[in-house]
Amino acid sequence: MWHRETSLQGFDAVVIPGGFTYGDYLRGGAIAALAPILSEVRRFAENGLPVLGICNGFQILTEAHILPGALVRNSGRKFVCRKIAVTPHNTDSFWTEGCKGVLHMPVAHNEGRYIADEETLERLEQERRVAFIYCSEEGEPTDEANPNGSAANIAGILNDRGNVLGLMPHPERVVAELLGGTDGRSILERLSDA
Amino acid sequence: MSRYRVYVTLKPSLLDPAGRAIGDSLRTLGFSNVRDVRIGKLIELSLEDGNQEQVEEMCRKLLSNPVIERFDIEEDST
Repeated sequence: MWHRETSLQGFDAVVIPGGFTYGDYLRGGAIAALAPILSEVRRFAENGLPVLGICNGFQILTEAHILPGALVRNSGRKFVCRKIAVTPHNTDSFWTEGCKGVLHMPVAHNEGRYIADEETLERLEQERRVAFIYCSEEGEPTDEANPNGSAANIAGILNDRGNVLGLMPHPERVVAELLGGTDGRSILERLSDA
Repeated sequence: MSRYRVYVTLKPSLLDPAGRAIGDSLRTLGFSNVRDVRIGKLIELSLEDGNQEQVEEMCRKLLSNPVIERFDIEEDST
C-alpha cells in the first residue's frame, strides 16, 4: 500500500509500521497524517475495522486525531533503544485479547513520551482504553520501568471502539526466537482473525 | 505578497528536555543566572493574497499541534 493511494478496498486490516516519515518535519508523523491514504484509514477505523500503529505509526494516528493525545520528546533527553517490559491493561479489545502477563518488546524512539490533558487521561482510564503500560518484571507500573516519561506509564492506547491500537514498543521485532523473543506474536497473530 | 512569521512553542506546562539541556550548557559556560530555556520554531510564510485567518487555519491543521503547542502569528510589514 503506497501513501498516495486513496482506497483500502479489499483490505481486512491496516498496520502502520514504525520508522520515520517525511523527515518527521515539524513533529513526528505530522506530515504523514495528511497523506492521501490517511483519510481512508480514518474511514476504515470509523467502520470498526482493525488498525494498528507502531511507533511512528502511533505518532501518525495521534497527529491524524484518530487517537487522542500526543507523543513528545522523551523526558530523559535520550533516544531510547532497548528491550522493555509492558503489561496489557485491557485484554478485551481486538488487538490485545491474546495478551497476558508481562511482555518484552524493544522500543526505539526519541519522541515516545505519551501525554494528554488530565481530562483525556481520565477518560482513557475510565473507558479502559489504556492498552499497555510500561512495567517492572513483576508487572508493576514503576517510574524506573517508564523509558520515556509517559503519563501514567502509558505505552499504548485504544480508540473509543477498541479497534484501533497505537503503541510505542515494536511487537514485529519479537516474533521468532531467532530475533530474541516471541512476545510480539500475541498482538500480530490477531491478524489471522482480521 | 504578504509575509507572516509563525512562532510555535511548547505549552508552558510541558517539559522541554532540549531546552533544559541547553540551559545546562549555558550554565556550564558561566551564565549562572540562566533559569529556564524553552525552544520553539519560527516558520516564515510568504503568501499571495493571504490573510491572518488563513494562517491561523494553517497553524491549527499542520504547523502546530494544539495538544502540546501554542502559536503566535506576526505579520511582517517591512
